[in-house]
Amino acid sequence: MSQTISIEPVTRIEGHARITIELDDAGKVDDAKFHLTQFRGFEKFCEGRPYREMPALTARTCGICPVSHLLASSKACDALLCVRIPEVAMELRRIMNLAQIIQSHALSFFHLSSPDLLLGWDCPPSERNIFGVMFRFPQLAREGIRLRQIGQTIIEMLGGKKVHPTWVVPGGVSEPLTEEKRKSMLVLVDEGLDIAKRTYAFYKDDVVPKFKDEAKHFGNFPTMFLSLVSPQGRLEHYDGLLRIKDSSGRIVEDMVPSSEYESIIGEAVEPFSYMKFPYYKPRGYPNGMYRVGPLARLNNCDSCGTPFADVALAEFRTLQESKPVASSFHYHYARLVEIIFALESIDRLLNDPSILNTFVRARARSNTLDGVGISEAPRGTLIHHYRINDDGLMTWMNLVIATGHNNLAMNKGIKQVAQKYVKARKLQEGMLNRVEALIRCYDPCLSCASHAWGQMPLQIELRDAQGRVVDTMTRGNDG
Amino acid sequence: MTDTQHITVATAWLDGCSGCHMSFLDIDERLFTLAQKVDIIYSPLVDAKELPESVDVGILEGSVSSEEDLKKAQEFRRHCKFLISLGDCAVCGNIPGMRNLFPLDAVLHRAYHENVQKNPQIPNVGVPRLLPTVQPVHGVVEVDLFVQGCPPPADVIWHVLSELIQGRTPDPMTLTRFGK
Ligand code: SF4
Repeated sequence: MSQTISIEPVTRIEGHARITIELDDAGKVDDAKFHLTQFRGFEKFCEGRPYREMPALTARTCGICPVSHLLASSKACDALLCVRIPEVAMELRRIMNLAQIIQSHALSFFHLSSPDLLLGWDCPPSERNIFGVMFRFPQLAREGIRLRQIGQTIIEMLGGKKVHPTWVVPGGVSEPLTEEKRKSMLVLVDEGLDIAKRTYAFYKDDVVPKFKDEAKHFGNFPTMFLSLVSPQGRLEHYDGLLRIKDSSGRIVEDMVPSSEYESIIGEAVEPFSYMKFPYYKPRGYPNGMYRVGPLARLNNCDSCGTPFADVALAEFRTLQESKPVASSFHYHYARLVEIIFALESIDRLLNDPSILNTFVRARARSNTLDGVGISEAPRGTLIHHYRINDDGLMTWMNLVIATGHNNLAMNKGIKQVAQKYVKARKLQEGMLNRVEALIRCYDPCLSCASHAWGQMPLQIELRDAQGRVVDTMTRGNDG
Repeated sequence: MTDTQHITVATAWLDGCSGCHMSFLDIDERLFTLAQKVDIIYSPLVDAKELPESVDVGILEGSVSSEEDLKKAQEFRRHCKFLISLGDCAVCGNIPGMRNLFPLDAVLHRAYHENVQKNPQIPNVGVPRLLPTVQPVHGVVEVDLFVQGCPPPADVIWHVLSELIQGRTPDPMTLTRFGK
């Protein structure tokens, strides 16, 4: 009798989802699926509204990375205005984006994933959370909470609020930076860098060696990688050009401008998820599978361009003999490298006196009817594409969300982990948690993904070959 | 009630952006104080998969947009002695409610037919059905406390929880406003 295991809700991820694992007659894992269960419909309901509302409105796609939407949206609006925004506005936006990378990566690492990494897969589920880490590793928990706070505080200093700041507007930003704030930020960045370097060393020396097996089986397979890189090929999160590398490290697309994303990226739908399945067009669907996010960005860039992050990047690249690094388990590693990069970069930007320039906004009306804005969200490449009419009202919108790009790879990764750790008729809590942990590697932002989709739960259903549910199991506290 | 109590708290996000939960996490180091007085027994932040039989305080973020949201809201009402509607999406429909201006079909069509190059279709396997109209939480179950804001600031969330821990009913209306 074939069976389906379903895990619901998937917890400690940012959104709503369900995983189902299908077993064949022999009790072996046949297939595994990741369902996003939320849908919101931004692409439609923004229709008819002034484009200037889009940054504030679309930021509400996600409370974890609102800044990414704010930026991609504002950049799409900049394109509608046909302006080149003032240099300092670009650098200020960049700081806010990097601050968000810090807070979001800290959340993913400390609040959501460290319970697995520090307390162990087989720790009782009632303790396997950030509160359990606070109890057993108070110093690390305190530093993690502080690191997230540092990112959030820089966002608040610039934008007035930690979650859903405004301030980034079409044409630039609404207010310049003051000397007082610049000074306070520099102090925060110093403290953050200390924490980040300590965490990085601890992770590299104490955590990575313990998880060799997971690294081998957690979404470890060849895919392409998509990300922005700077015109010089360096690590880039705010602006830049699209690059795709294949699994052998060969560059297959390079320096593709935002406005041409449609020539390389298509989207598909599967009946089992509200999350769409983007793919690399020239290779078709589903062969055109690629990954995005910290792993992809570190694989794609030639260098970081800041001192400590470049050392860490070199170490990251030793994780695997064959480049690029293929195991999704190493998303965690890549995230820690990026936190260091973000702090070093903010420090550099703040130390340039021109950051206090007061001409921070270019003013114009819409000058064209079609605009694309791309930024690198913590979880990967984020695309906003708008069309407006002559009155500046939205007629159409397409959002390609960071987490969505990883959809094909997440589904494949779940299958790989399930095949390794799920043995039929022996369902153990720690084993199922590994399947969830795979998902956490990608740090999926399902709030984002649910602009057209939604929530993640974990529940197990056993189905026979005809697809009839013969048994269900919801994972409870007792496993 | 005595002056300080240990209370159990359950949280969930319905159709929201998780920003209200992020604002909760923005209480930062106060999480340590909280952990001494509160048990978060069910939440996207912890691993419990089932809502315990009886919970002191339930907190819901987001609107009711799908059959799953509806089920979850009803479940929270049944199991929680005190139910909080957290944030504008929960309180008034806010962003998810904007789709009410369009027929559901049109909203789905844009996402899964128009903006797609391969396999256009409306997902319907293993995903909850969407309700034709998005509602605030109190549109489907009774709510004991409303905390508005998008998201409500961390200090306000802290205030609400501290008051509840002390056995008092908080009044956040003067501390925050819609959209703040
Ligand atoms: S109220 Fe605002 S912050 Fe809260 S879920 Fe809704 S959009 Fe997000």
